[in-house]
Amino acid sequence: METVKIKIDNKQLEVPKGTTILQAAKDAGITIPTLCYMNLPHLAKEHKPGSCRVCVVEVKGHKTLVPSCVTKCVDGMEVLTHSLRAINARRTVVELLISDHPKDCLICPSSGSCELQDLAITLGIREIPCVDNAAISTYRKDSSPSLLRDMDKCVMCRSCETVCNEIQTVGALNAIHRGFMSVVAPAFEQDLIDSPCTFCGQCVAVCPTGALTMQDHTFQVIRALADESKFVVVQTAPAVRAALGEEFGYEPGTLVTGKMVAALRALGFDKVLDTDFAADLTIMEEGTELLDRISRHLQGDKDVRLPILTSCCPAWVNFFETNYPDMLDVPSTARSPQQMFGSIAKTYLANKLGVKKEDMVVVSIMPCLAKKYECQRKEFYTDGIPDVDYALSTRELARLIKYGNIDFTSLEDENFDRFMGESTGAAVIFGVTGGVIEAATRTAYEIFTGKTLENVDFHELRGLEGIRQATIDFDGTPIHIGIAHTLGNARKLLDGVRSGMYNFHAIEIMACPGGCIGGAGQPLHRGDSSVLEARMKAIYKEDANKVIRKSHENPEIVTLYEEFLGAPMSEKAHELLHTCYFCHPRK
Amino acid sequence: MYKMQLLVCGGTGCQASASATIVDKLNESLKAHGLTEDAQVVITGCFGFCEKGPIVKVIPDNTFYTQVTPEDAEEIVAEHILKGRRVSRLLYEDPETKEHVSDSKHMGFYQKQMRIALRNCGFIDPENIDEYIARDGYSALAQVITELTPDQAIDMLKQSGLRGRGGAGFPAGLKWEFTKNYTADQKYVVCNADEGDPGAFMDRSILEGDPNSVIEAMAICGYCIGANKGVVYIRAEYPLAIHRLQVAIEQANEYGLLGKNILGTDFSFEMELRYGAGAFVCGEETALIASMEGGRGEPNFKPPFPAESGYNKKPTCVNNVETFANVPVIYLKGPEWFSSIGTEKSKGTKVFALAGKINNVGLIEVPMGITLREIIFEIGGGIKDGKKFKAVQTGGPSGGCLTEKDLDTPIDFDSLLAAGSMMGSGGMIVMDEDDCMVSIAKFYLEFIVEESCGKCTPCRVGNKRMLETLEKICGGKGDMEDLDNLRNMAHVIRDTSLCGLGQTSPNPVLSTLDNFYDEYVAHVKDKKCEAKQCKALATYTIIPEACTGCTVCARNCPTDAITGERRQPHFINQDLCIRCGVCYTKCKFNAILVQ
Repeated sequence: METVKIKIDNKQLEVPKGTTILQAAKDAGITIPTLCYMNLPHLAKEHKPGSCRVCVVEVKGHKTLVPSCVTKCVDGMEVLTHSLRAINARRTVVELLISDHPKDCLICPSSGSCELQDLAITLGIREIPCVDNAAISTYRKDSSPSLLRDMDKCVMCRSCETVCNEIQTVGALNAIHRGFMSVVAPAFEQDLIDSPCTFCGQCVAVCPTGALTMQDHTFQVIRALADESKFVVVQTAPAVRAALGEEFGYEPGTLVTGKMVAALRALGFDKVLDTDFAADLTIMEEGTELLDRISRHLQGDKDVRLPILTSCCPAWVNFFETNYPDMLDVPSTARSPQQMFGSIAKTYLANKLGVKKEDMVVVSIMPCLAKKYECQRKEFYTDGIPDVDYALSTRELARLIKYGNIDFTSLEDENFDRFMGESTGAAVIFGVTGGVIEAATRTAYEIFTGKTLENVDFHELRGLEGIRQATIDFDGTPIHIGIAHTLGNARKLLDGVRSGMYNFHAIEIMACPGGCIGGAGQPLHRGDSSVLEARMKAIYKEDANKVIRKSHENPEIVTLYEEFLGAPMSEKAHELLHTCYFCHPRK
Repeated sequence: MYKMQLLVCGGTGCQASASATIVDKLNESLKAHGLTEDAQVVITGCFGFCEKGPIVKVIPDNTFYTQVTPEDAEEIVAEHILKGRRVSRLLYEDPETKEHVSDSKHMGFYQKQMRIALRNCGFIDPENIDEYIARDGYSALAQVITELTPDQAIDMLKQSGLRGRGGAGFPAGLKWEFTKNYTADQKYVVCNADEGDPGAFMDRSILEGDPNSVIEAMAICGYCIGANKGVVYIRAEYPLAIHRLQVAIEQANEYGLLGKNILGTDFSFEMELRYGAGAFVCGEETALIASMEGGRGEPNFKPPFPAESGYNKKPTCVNNVETFANVPVIYLKGPEWFSSIGTEKSKGTKVFALAGKINNVGLIEVPMGITLREIIFEIGGGIKDGKKFKAVQTGGPSGGCLTEKDLDTPIDFDSLLAAGSMMGSGGMIVMDEDDCMVSIAKFYLEFIVEESCGKCTPCRVGNKRMLETLEKICGGKGDMEDLDNLRNMAHVIRDTSLCGLGQTSPNPVLSTLDNFYDEYVAHVKDKKCEAKQCKALATYTIIPEACTGCTVCARNCPTDAITGERRQPHFINQDLCIRCGVCYTKCKFNAILVQ
C-alpha cells in the first residue's frame, strides 16, 4: 500500500495515500470538529460536501484554510488543526451558523442531541457578533403525519438530501433558493404530504439539529391513559426491545423486553401486548398468499404475478405506490403487523374483553416514523374509528417512561398480557432485514412440503448487505428469494425485476438500513454501524431463546383462526387483515 | 464590389439606441439615391466606444460618426456617400483641442488600445462567416489540424504565455495539457460565457461581434486535448450573443469547419449551446459544470479539477470567451509575437469594460503593463465633469478598490493581486469624489449576497452579516467594534469559503477598509458621510438668509420637524428630523442645506 508522510499538530504520521486530513487526524487521536460531514459505513456512503467549513485546518504553504473532511493528505504536508488562524476561523464559522439559528435551545425537540449545540459547547461560544441586527432566514413550517420540518434550524449540511436522494432514491428533499435563503425543501416548496416523501424518516435520523424532527404523540397517549372511560391497549414492535435500553444507558444490543413490559404496565396501559403476535398472523396470511401464488404458478397459471413482495414496511408501501404504480398488484395484500393488531384488537379482542370498540385506544410502539402515517391512512379506519390510534416511536416511549418518573433500570422483568401477547421466534426477527422472509419460509416450507422443518435458521437470508439473493430448497422445488433494505436498493431490485434481470418467487423489502432495527424512530446511532450489528444480534438471540419459532405454531394464532377467522385468506381475514394499494393514496 | 461600406454598430448598447433603425434608414436613403450598387450597410459587433454610440463608420475613408440618430441617416448618405463630404457635426470632437477627429485612429480613446481579442469587432458582419474567413478566419484551425500534432499545438500556446482571462489567470496552455493528459472515452471543451460582473460586457461583445473566433478556438482546443464536443455555457440574458453564436455554428457546420472530418482530416468537432439562468456563481467552473449537468448551480471542492473529472465526469477544458478569442491569432502570428506584448508574466492584451464616473465609457483592449492612469485619463478621457478621481474598482465584485497611489503601477494579473485587487474578468468602474466608499463596498456586497449559492457557511451567512454591518454603518448606527468585526469576518470569509466567489467576496470591503479607513471612521465616529451618499448621516438645516418663510417645507415635513412663522426664516428640529429629504426637494429657494 502506497503511503504518504505528513505532520499533523507536529505529530509525524504515515498514512495510506488518499486518506483525508480528518481521517488521518482521527486515527492519530486528534478530533477535528465537523458538522456537515456524515459517514454511514454500513451504507458505504460518506457525505462530505465540504460546505460547513467547521473542520477547516491550516496547511503550511496553502493560501487559504482547507476543509479537512475533503482534503487528502499529500506527502510532506504540515497541518495545524489548532493554530490561532484555524481556531478563529472555526469559531467565527460556528458563530455565523448560530447567528442564523433560532436561540430556543431550551425548548427545541433536539436539545441535547443537537450537533450545533455540541459545537457551541465545545468551542465555548459565548457571544454572537452583530447579533443585534442579524436577520434569521425563516421559512414556513411543515407538519406531516410523521415528520416536522422547521427549516429555520437548518444548517445546510445537506445530509438529509444525500439520504433522501442517494440512499433512498426518494427525491423528496433538495436544496432550493440561493444564498442566505437557501434551504432544503421538497420541490416547489410543497408540503411533505404532497411530495414523494415516504415518511421513512431517515432524514430525521441524520439531521444534526432540530430542523427535521418526528411528530410527537406522547401527550395524546398520556391523555388517553388518564381518561378512565378509555381502555388503552399497547403493542410493541419487535425491534423496539433491542434498542430501547440505549435510551437508558444500556449497551447497544441489550434486550430489555421484560423491563419494557413492566414500564408500560407501570404507565397504566390496560393491556400490554405484542406486535409480535400480529407478526405471526402476518406470516399466516402472507405466507398463505405466497404459497397460493407459487402453487398456481407451478401449475402453469399465467395470470399469477410473481414475485410476491412483502408489505409490512409502510415507507416501502408509500414508495412503490408512488414509484411503481404499474406494479400495485404485485405486493402481498397482507396488512402490516401494526394494522393487523389494530383490527383484531378492536374486533375480536374488544369483544372478548367486553370493551366497546369506541372505548378502546390502541397505541403502538414502533421503531418507525412511517407507522405514524400508516395508522392514519383511511383504509385503516372502520366506521370512522382508526384501528390503531397512536403510533409512538422508541424514542417517544423512552420519553414517556421518563414522564412517568419510572426508574427503568431498576424494573423487574414482566411478561406480556394475554391474549395477543404470545409470539414466536419467527415474529421477533421481523425487526431485522431478511427476517420477514425467513419467518415466512419457516411456515411456508412446512405447509408446502408437509414435512417438519428441523433447522429453522436460514443463515443465507441474514446479513447487512444491501441486496441479497438466496435459493431455498422446498423439498426439491427451488424457491428464489430476494432481499433488499433501503429504498435505493429496493429500487435496484424492482428495476431488475421489471427488466427481467431477476427471477424471484418472493422479495422482502425494508425501507430503513438494517430493517426496523435501523428505523428512524429508534435511538439515534449517527452512522455507528456497530450499533446496528449489536441490535441485529440481539434480535436473533431473542429468536433463538424462544420455545416456539414457527408462526403457525403460535397457540394464540391457532385459537384466533379457530374461534374467529376460520382460515388464512378467508373472507373475514380479507376484510380485517388485507388491504389494497393506490397510485395517489394522499389525493 | 461595393465602393463604400457603412459599418453600423450592432452591439447591445447601440441597438438599445436604435442602431437597427439607423440601418433601415441608411438602406432607404441608399435606395432613394440609387446607391445600392455602390455602398453597402453592414451590421457589425461593438466598436467599444459606447459612450458615443450609436457608431457608424464609413470605409474606406475610416470616417467615424458618433451619436448617430436615425434622422442623421439621410444626411450621411446624401453628403458623405453621394458627394464625398463628411458630416462634420457627427464627428468626434477632441475634448482638449475642440477639433473634429474623423478617423478613430487619432482619437484618444483608441490611440493606446491594441485589439487582439476584439480584432474583428466593429469590422465584420458577425452573421456572415465569409467576412470572418476573409480576415484569415479558420486558417489557424486549418493549420493546426493539418500541420501540427496536438502536443506541438499545445506547446505553442504555452510559449505564447496566454493566461486565462476569466479571473484567476491560469496558464491556458497548461490547462489544455492537463486535460489532454487524462485518458477517457469522451472529453469536452467548454466555453464559459457566463459573464456576470456588474457592468462587464467583454465576453458579450466578443460573442456579438466575432462569434467565429471563439468557435475556431474551441475546435483547436478540441483537437489539442482530444475532445470532439464543445459546449458554450451562455447566460440566457444574452439573446443577441446566443443568436449570433447559433448563426455562426450553423454556418461553420455548412462550410465543414465544424462537424465530421473537418477539412478532410480525422478530426471531428461538434458544438452546442447550453443556457445559464444568470447565476453569477455559475461562472465558477465547477458550478458551471453542475449547472450544465442539470444540477443546482453550486461549486464543488477541487480537486478533482475539471481537467480530470468535469462535465459528465469526463475530462473537460473550461476557458472563457476572451481566452478563446485570443487563440486563433496566436497560431497565425506565432507565439513569439504574442509573448512580445505585455509584461513578463502576463502576455498579450486585456479587454476591460470601462464604466462609472469617466468620460469615455466603453469597451477597451489594452496591452498588459499599461497603467491605470493611461486607461483612465488617456483612453477614458478622465473623470466626468472635471471631478476628482477617487478610486477604481477592478475585477468586479471579486476585486478591490485601487486608489491614486496605484495609478502608475503597470497592470497585469500579479500586480493587481499585489495591490489588493484582481484582474477578474475585466470590469473597471471608476469613482470620483462624490462616491462614498462605504456605500460602494455595500453595493458590491449586496450583489454578492444576492448571488451567493448558499452552499458554504462563510459566504452564505458571513457576507449577509457583513452587509448588515455596512447597512448599520451607513445608517449612522455603527461603532468602532463593527469595523473590527468587519475586518475579522472578511478575513475568515476569504480564508474559509469553498469557491473563488466566496474567497474573493470580501475584497471590496477589505480594500476600502485599507484605503479609506478614515471614511469608515467618519461614518461611525462623526456620523458623517463626506460624499453625502448616506442619507441617514446627512444633516438638513435651513439657511436663514435664503429662507423666505413660504412654509412649504413645514407643511410637507412628515414629522413636523420644521417650525417657523410665515415670512420668517424656518428652523429644523434635528431630534425630530428623519432625514427623508422632502424639504430639500420641495424648497424653491435653495434654502435647505444638506451636510
